Amino acid sequence: MTAKAKKNDGVMCLSIMDDMTIYNAHSLKETLLGYCVPSTQELQLDLSAVAEIDSAGLQLLLSLKAEALKRGFTLRLLRHSEAVIEVFELLKLGTYFGDPIVFPANWKKS
Amino acid sequence: MSEINPALETFSQEVDELLTAMEDALLVLEATPDDADCINSIFRAMHTIKGSSGLFGFDDVVAFTHEAETVLDRVRNGERAIDAELVAVLLACKDHTAQIIQHFLFNEGEPLPEELQQQSQALIAQLTGQSATAGGMPSTQEEKTDHVEVDPNTSDSSDNWVISLAFKSDALRNGMDPLSFIRYLQTLGKITEVIVTMPTIPRIEDMEPEDCFLNFKIAFNSNADKKTIEDVFEFAEDDCDICILPPNSRQEHYLQLLANMPEDNLKRLGEMLIEIGALTEKEVANILHEQREEENEEPKPIGEMLLEKNILQQPVIEQALKKQESVKQKINKESNYIRVDAAKLGYLINLVGELVISGAAMRLMVDKHGLSDVDDVASTMSHLVEDIRDTALQLRMVQIGETFTRFQRVVHDVSKELGKQIQLQITGGESELDKTVVEKINDPLTHLVRNSLDHGIETPAERVRAGKPEKGTIQLNAYHDSGRIVIQISDDGQGLDSDRILAKAVDKGLVKPDQALSQSEIYNLIFEPGLSTKEEASNLSGRGVGMDVVRRNIEALRGSVSVDSELGQGTTVTIHLPLTLAIIDGFMVEAQKERYIIPLSMVEECVEMSSDEWQIDDVQHYVNLRGHVLPYLRLGDFFHKNKKHTPTQRESLVVVRFGEAKAGFVVDELHGENQTVIKPLGKLFENLNGIGGATVLGSGDVALILDVQGLIQHAKKRVNPALALSAAV
Repeated sequence: MTAKAKKNDGVMCLSIMDDMTIYNAHSLKETLLGYCVPSTQELQLDLSAVAEIDSAGLQLLLSLKAEALKRGFTLRLLRHSEAVIEVFELLKLGTYFGDPIVFPANWKKS
Repeated sequence: MSEINPALETFSQEVDELLTAMEDALLVLEATPDDADCINSIFRAMHTIKGSSGLFGFDDVVAFTHEAETVLDRVRNGERAIDAELVAVLLACKDHTAQIIQHFLFNEGEPLPEELQQQSQALIAQLTGQSATAGGMPSTQEEKTDHVEVDPNTSDSSDNWVISLAFKSDALRNGMDPLSFIRYLQTLGKITEVIVTMPTIPRIEDMEPEDCFLNFKIAFNSNADKKTIEDVFEFAEDDCDICILPPNSRQEHYLQLLANMPEDNLKRLGEMLIEIGALTEKEVANILHEQREEENEEPKPIGEMLLEKNILQQPVIEQALKKQESVKQKINKESNYIRVDAAKLGYLINLVGELVISGAAMRLMVDKHGLSDVDDVASTMSHLVEDIRDTALQLRMVQIGETFTRFQRVVHDVSKELGKQIQLQITGGESELDKTVVEKINDPLTHLVRNSLDHGIETPAERVRAGKPEKGTIQLNAYHDSGRIVIQISDDGQGLDSDRILAKAVDKGLVKPDQALSQSEIYNLIFEPGLSTKEEASNLSGRGVGMDVVRRNIEALRGSVSVDSELGQGTTVTIHLPLTLAIIDGFMVEAQKERYIIPLSMVEECVEMSSDEWQIDDVQHYVNLRGHVLPYLRLGDFFHKNKKHTPTQRESLVVVRFGEAKAGFVVDELHGENQTVIKPLGKLFENLNGIGGATVLGSGDVALILDVQGLIQHAKKRVNPALALSAAV
């Protein structure tokens, strides 16, 4: 199981429970695709459990964002994990996704 | 010329060379209008002339060349296209520049005459009037796409490297993680901006998550050099297109390095750019590989490819190319020429001539006194003298190519004037011959080329009717043949009409109506005075003077000229010339106690004149030389008509060849090879039959140099070929 979902009035809340890497990119894509349906108005992704994210995972997030823009639903990224923040920082992607990023107290910049 | 001070003389020579180069370049441009080298060389010509004229205060020249330079600068920047019209105007400008400079050189201090001034005005109007209209049109070349791409990245964050990474779709599967490279990049400097794009990504439902769609454009601030940055991506090379564009500050750095680069040897563009660190070896290797891959016949220049691929900014490439060009020029100038006064050279050759003679005298003495220990030294010295002679003569040798290329202009102008389409093909331009010969051959050649242009090549309409290509061709060809140079002028025009030539020749009384002439003899009648087949004279040729003058000029150079033609197919004029006029290898013979020199290059063989073997016909003067009829001449009898030749002596037959013709000279004694310094005969003896000059022997005696060509003709005339053949069989 890579993700856990809660449903609430067209707002989907999805917790990613696994790494976002090339190894599980395929199943993760299938899962995410399942939420790209007309009934979805908002998709919230909880990234707090993502211990590792690589290019494949990032690519998935980017294409999901693109899909959301096309379909007209909101994609919200929540509770970015350290790994996610590091990549977003590296590529200056924070503004592209536009979600508030909460830095954890024990954040140490590598 | 003597009144002109040395500086002006240098100036005039320089102008001459520049204008010639300009003319050549213009003619090339006509065929390939985009040739940047040519445009540059034209620009340089005008620019340099303007500069030098300024030094001498020739303000009118400066004013005129300035206008031309301005127009050329626009051409160079791609703001104005080269077309036939512009080339024509520029050619006119070139001529005009030469004219006004001539005026100032010979009429110092006098103002420019009205006529020339008006011409200046007219040409300037032609130059700039056109450029005004051309300037009004938006030039397509101006909007260079690469600029648009480069600038936003570099000018915003002016001091950043711009690294573009385009990963291939298999990158992830091959174990690459683009992020890790970028992370590593951070250790070298500061990433100031990243743009992530996925230009090829499909909708999420069709997307293969294991494919890689990521492209990065990274603005990167670092002091590392290009090689270090490139090394970061070393492992990704196969799965990623990497492009690293140096920051602007680097660019200045590169430009400075380029400017400081020593100009001692010529490097290739890639090598130069690697040396200053603007390119890495890998990039150059890749680009070269790509250049080879392209199947175009004319591969794109490296500089252009670098720009297209956005690997390097334009100013760096331009600077590098400029540098390369200047090195090239410097090397050319350094290695090619030292200016030497022709008079000094002439003096040297004279001295070498004297040296040859006194060397021979010494040889004679050594032999006479039987000094065997001196013999070695003497023969070493005569070898050296021989080498010196050859080298000294070589100094005067120039390639005939330059003379040939001058005709490009003649052909260009005349064909326009006559409304014909004619191209000039030049081959063998590298053949060398003596400068004096080159100078003297120019006029006859001009005449022959003009003849071909005017009479030979038909109008386009006539050519099409005759089933020939619309564009006529004139070929100039040169090659060496047995110590002589052969120059051919051929055209693919209408050819000579032998019937008309014969009719005209009979009309003029040059030949008798019943005279049997071979085809080639008829053709060669055109060299007789007063024969022109063209009904009406044009301003170019056809007045019936000319061909005889051509022949006289060429014969004055100890050369010969002949013509061959096929009606409707074309005409070929062949000129044989000696390579030099000063010293030759001669073959010395003796007849009736008199010594004669035969140019060695013309001697075929020497055989014993034994009567039974050769079936000598004493009446008709021919021998049967291994089945061939060979006319012969007794030199002793020929030059000493009243002396009776004594048949008891053992005689030799020297077989000589000139072109296709052969003859034998019967002599009493063979003396062998001899370096012969040709001394012209005095005015009184100029028209002597069969003698081309004289030389002084080591003993102080005079030997006559035979005019082989004339003698062969003389020998042939005495033989009736029909009779000779029947008797020989």
